[in-house]
Amino acid sequence: MTVITKQPVSPIAHLSTSDIELLGKELDEIRQSVLDSRGESDAAYIRTVVDVQRKLELGSRAVLLASAFPPAWIAGTIGLSIAKILENMEIGHNVMHGQWDWMRDPKIHSTTWEWDNASTAEGWKHSHNELHHTYTNIIGKDNDLGYGIMRVDEDQRWHPMYLVQPLWNFINACFFEYGIAAYDLELGRNLRVPKEKRSPEFTRSLKKTLGKIRKQATKDYLVHPGLALPFGAAPQVLAANFIANVVRNVWSHSVIMCGHFPEGVETFERKSIPDDESRGDWYLRQMLGSANISGGKLLHLMSGNLSHQIEHHLFPDLPSNRYVEVAPQVREVFEKYGLNYHTAPMPQQVYSAWHKVVRLSLPNGWLATTTPRNLPQQLKLLYGMSTGGPKIRRAAQARLEQLARRQAAAA
Amino acid sequence: MSSISLPRVATPAAAGTTWRDRLRRVADAAVTPLDLDDVLDVFAPLRAGAPLRGRIVEVRPETAHSATIVLEPGKDWRGHQPGQYVRVGVEVDGIRLWRTYSLTHGPRRDGYISITVKAIPGGVVSGHLVHRARVGQVVQLDQAQGDFVLPPQTWTTPEPAKLLMVTGGSGITPVVGMLRNLFNRATPVRADIVLLHSALTHDDVIFGRELREYAERGLITLIERHTDVDGMLAVTELEQLVPDLVERTTYACGPAGLLDALEEFCAAAGLPLHVERFRPPVLSGLEDAEGGTVAFADGTVVDAGGTTPILDAGEAAGVLMPSGCRMGVCFGCVVPMTAGAVRDLRNGALTIAVPGETGPGGIPIQTCVSAAAGDCTIDVGG
Repeated sequence: MTVITKQPVSPIAHLSTSDIELLGKELDEIRQSVLDSRGESDAAYIRTVVDVQRKLELGSRAVLLASAFPPAWIAGTIGLSIAKILENMEIGHNVMHGQWDWMRDPKIHSTTWEWDNASTAEGWKHSHNELHHTYTNIIGKDNDLGYGIMRVDEDQRWHPMYLVQPLWNFINACFFEYGIAAYDLELGRNLRVPKEKRSPEFTRSLKKTLGKIRKQATKDYLVHPGLALPFGAAPQVLAANFIANVVRNVWSHSVIMCGHFPEGVETFERKSIPDDESRGDWYLRQMLGSANISGGKLLHLMSGNLSHQIEHHLFPDLPSNRYVEVAPQVREVFEKYGLNYHTAPMPQQVYSAWHKVVRLSLPNGWLATTTPRNLPQQLKLLYGMSTGGPKIRRAAQARLEQLARRQAAAA
Repeated sequence: MSSISLPRVATPAAAGTTWRDRLRRVADAAVTPLDLDDVLDVFAPLRAGAPLRGRIVEVRPETAHSATIVLEPGKDWRGHQPGQYVRVGVEVDGIRLWRTYSLTHGPRRDGYISITVKAIPGGVVSGHLVHRARVGQVVQLDQAQGDFVLPPQTWTTPEPAKLLMVTGGSGITPVVGMLRNLFNRATPVRADIVLLHSALTHDDVIFGRELREYAERGLITLIERHTDVDGMLAVTELEQLVPDLVERTTYACGPAGLLDALEEFCAAAGLPLHVERFRPPVLSGLEDAEGGTVAFADGTVVDAGGTTPILDAGEAAGVLMPSGCRMGVCFGCVVPMTAGAVRDLRNGALTIAVPGETGPGGIPIQTCVSAAAGDCTIDVGG
């Protein structure tokens, strides 16, 4: 896949400006229908989720005090992992989106919520709500695409360092909350600036994030193990907290990868987005740039309803519990305007996203042209590309493309 | 060479060193990013130290359109004097709305408090409280306020206080609190009270039976006015209805027209008067309002059109405001509106902030997609 403007046949070529305007109106109507019926049962929903989450976390932590007894350790670790996932996904992410601001409850409000994550609510709201949701899938502007450390598109020139990106992606998944914190801070870009030239804003955010990380780590790795000390379960509790954090990290990383990474999800060129992008154009970009995960109620809850990534990107401020009901209506709009509603079960989407990560870690066309029979030659070529200079890489790349064309012709 | 040693002063234990504080710090560290209160709220919303709330323990219909809501207030409730009012935050259709109601019980032995609500036509909160409030629900509260109270000497002077209560409709609510406090005790406090109460009909008199019983027991002189048949009360009738008017201190609560006329009358006659005014009529005519002045916390006031986002209007005038995506998506520009009304530029929806009827601090709005609908005050830039 390549940015939409460079594809031989654009998936939106058949849409006129007025089509796009109409599409925008239809989506606005869907949004309005939810606003008109938003009320008591929605409020009861989020309050219940918050209530259950808090009791589950407290209960799991209480059970973990007895984790010198192995079954208690297992139960407590599972419970804590689920509690942390709920807190980040269905509660934190969505509350910080302002999905529940309409209740005017200062305790469940985008301006006051802080989440159980290394990144600060303030940093997250800026990088996620503002940048990612506005500049969705625009290469170079949306840092969610590879978090600035990965090759996510054919158009990004391949370099040998990308060979390790599957490993990099795996490590990022395990420690995702720190990855997010770093990405909120635009750490890579900012650290390259000499210390004395860094913006005071960055220094301030960095201090806040470090403070947050310290508090989070103190809780999980000091206070709770400390409380378990009299029960002889300090190491077990420490391990349980670490595992719960990793489980939460890997889970949220997987869900998020499924949202924008699977093969077939479109990306956009910065210069192809007009300054006065219309509402309909913006909607269209969200439609093409997101993918859903199909599944049942439990999946929707545990993914924070990001299983409805498409609906979430169209209507980021609608209460998450309503995405399931607007999904069929949104799908109708996709069908009506001849667009691909990208949805698949989780294992498929995760595989697809990982496949893309692996494919793009290699030179364009390498994976597609490799067969068991030509593997030795292909590996030799790859070795040459990885150790040689840019000139060799260019020549080898040309050969790969030639090979791909020949295979296509033969097929 | 000499050294200067500072005298060791015995300092009082610095904050945060008591056992209680230490435990609290550990507990907060154990539940971060929440604090201990957030966790305790799950189990004990009425405990001391929690934001003030109340749990509904009884909903008692008074008339077809009014009901008394008895509440168990949180432990931090500081008590009240009869005649005072309380701000109540109630979730209606999931949205927390605040209104002010008079407390209709004097301090009770069980510690409960009560408000009596009349469902007014189109009244979102009053209708909800009268018809949909259920025992067990929790509402938000503020401490009691107001100076519409009987003078302290009512209880202490040997001479019974001579009072005239003029009330209309739900204006009886602060007064009934006073009466209950005087009479619902082993020996009722002696007072000389004339209660002149207006209501549409006999059956529309809130607390009708109770008031008539007070009258039968000789505790008050009750003059009922049923405006359906008798017509509206005119202040010129007062001297005729209450011959010893000049000897009495008047307490009045009811429709604005009645109160205005009374104020004028008592001022002219030099008579003492205490007035309790319920909220001014709801802002009306906003449906079509477009544009208005926007006042910011730094004192800047701008004239903004009906299609200009408040964020743009503020920035153009040099007000420092938070901003983000500028298209209503990111919620990075949310700041509170303390008074007035704004319209959502995407769908025309109105948000109205009536001072005293918002949560503490006002109603948060998205300035990038909201335009003034009439005048409004935004708490940002100060």
